[in-house]
Amino acid sequence: MDSSILQKRKAMIATTHFGVRSFKSRLFFSIVLLFALITISIVFLIIGTLVVKGYHQINWSFFTQVAPDTFDAMMANASGKIIPGGILNGITGTLLLVGLASVIAIPFGIVIGIYLYENATKRYAGVIRDISDVLQGVPSIVVGLIVYLWVVVDITKGYSVLAGSVALAIMMLPLIIRSTEESMKMVPTTLKEAAIALGTPYYKVILRVLIPSSFSGLITGVLLAVSRVLGETAPLLLTTLGNSSVNWNLAKPVSAVPLLIWQFYNDPNMVNLIWSSSLFLMGFVLLLNILSKWIAAKKSIQ
Amino acid sequence: MAPAASILSIEDLSIAYDRDKYAVKNVTATVRKNAITAIMGPSGCGKTTLLRAINRMHELYPNISTEGKIKLYGDNIYEMPTIELRRKIGMVFQRPNPFPTMSIYENVIAGYKLNGIHLKRSERDEIVETTLRDVTLWDEVKNALHKKGTFLSGGQQQRLCVARALAFKPEIILLDEPTSALDPVSTAKIEDLLVELKQHYTIILVTHNMSQAARISDNSMFMYLGELIEYEDTKTMFTNPKDPRTEGYLTGKFG
Repeated sequence: MDSSILQKRKAMIATTHFGVRSFKSRLFFSIVLLFALITISIVFLIIGTLVVKGYHQINWSFFTQVAPDTFDAMMANASGKIIPGGILNGITGTLLLVGLASVIAIPFGIVIGIYLYENATKRYAGVIRDISDVLQGVPSIVVGLIVYLWVVVDITKGYSVLAGSVALAIMMLPLIIRSTEESMKMVPTTLKEAAIALGTPYYKVILRVLIPSSFSGLITGVLLAVSRVLGETAPLLLTTLGNSSVNWNLAKPVSAVPLLIWQFYNDPNMVNLIWSSSLFLMGFVLLLNILSKWIAAKKSIQ
Repeated sequence: MAPAASILSIEDLSIAYDRDKYAVKNVTATVRKNAITAIMGPSGCGKTTLLRAINRMHELYPNISTEGKIKLYGDNIYEMPTIELRRKIGMVFQRPNPFPTMSIYENVIAGYKLNGIHLKRSERDEIVETTLRDVTLWDEVKNALHKKGTFLSGGQQQRLCVARALAFKPEIILLDEPTSALDPVSTAKIEDLLVELKQHYTIILVTHNMSQAARISDNSMFMYLGELIEYEDTKTMFTNPKDPRTEGYLTGKFG
């Protein structure tokens, strides 16, 4: 190196204020840390608020009895007791709606996801992928309206479990398609080739090698899709309305936990039940999230 | 090479990625039965591409086109059903790739399982034991047959993959740099195994490692830029190469 350049660099280093630099570095780190802490504390504040406000309503009858009528709730409030009854109609309704929605959405989503993975570069696949992304962006109330038109008016001639499940299934579909495609991509090509080299027919490569090898990814995707629609309220208002008793008939309306929360909110006597129902819903979603993370970590290949 | 003992003949084979990028150009060669044939050459010379053409692996990728013929016992392999062909020509890959969702036992009989061929329990047990003995893995895994194959060491996994290919009793076994991901001890075991196996099988081996070819192969092909430059008895090639490019590669001038 030219000696004059060397001299200049030495001079530059000598005049640099390292104190200022390390101060900047520490300042930047503090800002990043602050923002991270704010984000985390929001989650804890939500859970904390729900627990503090909702725990005293949670008892055995909360899970075994249907929602009380407003008169019982008013009497309990007046005498300072906890509100009788529970949210059994909501819990069973949610399980029924989400269960049926999964039965509809999982086969469709996985088959389409595999198609996209197998034909990644073909034009149709690109079109389907784009449409699926658009579907994910459709506002849930619009999905509700369309399903109202298709199912409530034309098929079940009234609000029904079926209509609610179709709406939820439409919302789950793009999530499952994407997660299926992504988890298929994680399977090493060499495994596929190993199966092909054994003379395996292609459909068996998919069924016996690709799907089992990406199973944890598929399950994780499904669980996340379920936890995503578990709290959906708007499309359910337009498709299944609600029900004050437990119902297992797919052609009849049913309640759901988020629908109950909406009803409790509209009734000044039921305020305390809002918090316990929200706590239940939040706990359920949290459990699914933890479960999916656990499966992803535990059952992933190698 | 005596034509009577040949099993596979490659006739004017060219393979192109995309349109005009030829990875293998006009290769013609005859492979001897019950021998180890090594394919050598520097990176990108087309040796793996040539090997994968022999069990039509390229058909997985639509942008690869193949011209020419490969004949197994005189029958053009491009006219056979792929499933039947791949049962006759097994393959072992560069990196050990046992099926992670299957146990060691299931990996050995994976060929039968994946093809829906039903075996009696006693037949299955027999195939698993003899095949694992053939690849000298039996004593190491006989108490862990129902554990996942991915818990084995790299060398053990690779021998399991050889077992998976052997269980189907193929005519030919193709190996694509089977020891490049292994340590010297595991490499030596695989090499000994291949020399054992040539009594019953025909072995075609792609290798980056000249000394490996010299140690175990009977015949050697040297490929350069997609062409088959020289194909000889291994001893002759190593002691008296005809082409200056072969000599340059073998003496370490390039590659």
